[in-house]
Amino acid sequence: MSGLEDLYREIILDHYRSPRNRGELEAPPAHRTEGFNPLCGDEVVVYVMVDGEGRIADIKINGQGCSISQSSASMMSAAVKGHTIDEARALTATFKSMMSIHEQDIGGDGTEAEADPADDVTAEMKLGDLEALRGVVKFPVRIKCATLSWNTLTQALDEVATARS
Amino acid sequence: MTTTPPSPPLATLDVAAIRRDFPVLSQRQDGHRLVFLDSAASSQHPRQVLDAMTSFYETSYANVHRGVYQLAERATAAYEGARGKVARFIGAPSSNEVVFTKNATEAINLVAGSWGRANLGPGDAVVLTLMEHHANIVPWQMLAAQLGFEIRWVPLTDDGHLDLTDLDRLLDGAKLFAFTAMSNVLGTLNPVARLTAAAHEKGALALVDACQWVPHLPTDVVAMGADFVAFSAHKMLGPSGIGVLWARAELLEAMPPFLGGGGMILNVTTEGFVADAPPGRFEAGTPPIAEAVGLAAAVDYLTGLGMDAVHRHEVELTGYALRTLRAEVGDALTIYGPSEPSERGGVLSIALEGVHAHDISQVLDTQAVCIRPGHHCAKPLMRVLGAPATARASIYVYNDTDDIDALAAALVAARDFFKL
Ligand SMILES: Cc1ncc(COP(=O)(O)O)c(C=O)c1O
Repeated sequence: MSGLEDLYREIILDHYRSPRNRGELEAPPAHRTEGFNPLCGDEVVVYVMVDGEGRIADIKINGQGCSISQSSASMMSAAVKGHTIDEARALTATFKSMMSIHEQDIGGDGTEAEADPADDVTAEMKLGDLEALRGVVKFPVRIKCATLSWNTLTQALDEVATARS
Repeated sequence: MTTTPPSPPLATLDVAAIRRDFPVLSQRQDGHRLVFLDSAASSQHPRQVLDAMTSFYETSYANVHRGVYQLAERATAAYEGARGKVARFIGAPSSNEVVFTKNATEAINLVAGSWGRANLGPGDAVVLTLMEHHANIVPWQMLAAQLGFEIRWVPLTDDGHLDLTDLDRLLDGAKLFAFTAMSNVLGTLNPVARLTAAAHEKGALALVDACQWVPHLPTDVVAMGADFVAFSAHKMLGPSGIGVLWARAELLEAMPPFLGGGGMILNVTTEGFVADAPPGRFEAGTPPIAEAVGLAAAVDYLTGLGMDAVHRHEVELTGYALRTLRAEVGDALTIYGPSEPSERGGVLSIALEGVHAHDISQVLDTQAVCIRPGHHCAKPLMRVLGAPATARASIYVYNDTDDIDALAAALVAARDFFKL
């Protein structure tokens, strides 16, 4: 089927069928944040357990969604687990800039500032499997699916930071 | 109702001829025939509607109710003529009971902001159902937050009908019962006259969201027993940008204005204003003029087909779709809503085991099959169904069995692509 393979790469389907880090963490001590895609009704719940050193000691993903949102969440959880909050934020910026071709075309307000921290840590935080989601950019309505869990993670980390300060 | 064309008593539609009237349907997408199954969201337009609007713009456009030159008079006559056509189409006793709005959403907001604000307060109740579109939920929630009345919900049965067991108790002390005539997710056709009678028995008014009814079945607002009826032109072959609120004349007479501005006043001084009579009172600002002309042409087109024939066609095609999809796609398929075609309109909300609605739609798009994934602006209903999203296929006058066959084939392709 034309074009579909660009979107539904095998690794995406693999994460969709066997999502990593799926489930819940007891909150508290973990932090729980919900995200919604108002377009399609998808919901994602991100649980993060941040240790004393600012490291994401554990992360679990719950909720319902399409293959793109579920696989993106699964890959995200695998990529940030065990990393520091700063590293997770840097990876989020890198991922979102991959997903924001459209916004950059329009003028990229703010995207550059966001992309900066990524440069510092790209050595440790490579997109890896997440590169497979690059094809989503060709299907603009699906970009929100791919970024839902990342926005929810960002919100969760912000909330954790606020609670600690 | 409007007169049906001279045709044998049980004729349905000549879909091949109808399709030739719809320019958009003649295009091909990636070599496939375009299969448009999203009319519940918004329908396509026959040449007759497009021509009527173009010709109006080319010969008769001007602002209405203002100028004395001939062009302005023609524009006003066309606009008011459209009001009359709509009134006859829905069995309204008077065209003064037809208020043009932007869409059904605005029509319901008008009732909430005008009648609701004047008549509701603490201790009152508005009764809704769990199958409402957000358009018939959020305006009431917004108003309830300001005025402090209670919102009560009519639950659903397992097969997607309203559960009326407790209706009388729910209506006790209520001032308004606002419900959809047909669910835009389940396709369920509600017993409108019975529901409005139940409301009246308890002293409540009845608002009927007829967005999915007026385009598909003969409509008679008096036989419905409704006090308010709302619908949109863009779901009945007309243009976007215009909707209708019908309300009983006495109600409109007593209602305060909704939006303020030009066109809705008799007089304005520095001290205040005097509002015009209905329907002008509720049409502040320049209205959707060419859109009204387009709506009138859509009404003519549907009248020509005959609304009985339209409904028969949809019941037949829905029955065909239910049988074909079940046979072709098999056990992985769930179709929500009533299983009996005569109890439902042509809306099929589908779930495919292990394949999210978004992914179904994406695969279907590669076969030029246009359906809609999502919550269909009915999140409380989706919660009852236990599904965050469904894939919705909806049919109209231009759909035929080839469209359903293409849908079935595309669903099989989606099922096999994901091989879950
Ligand atoms: C049952 C129902 N009510 C209300 C609406 C809102 O219509 P509109 O968006 O034209 O205002 C719709 C259409 O989406 C609908 O299906």
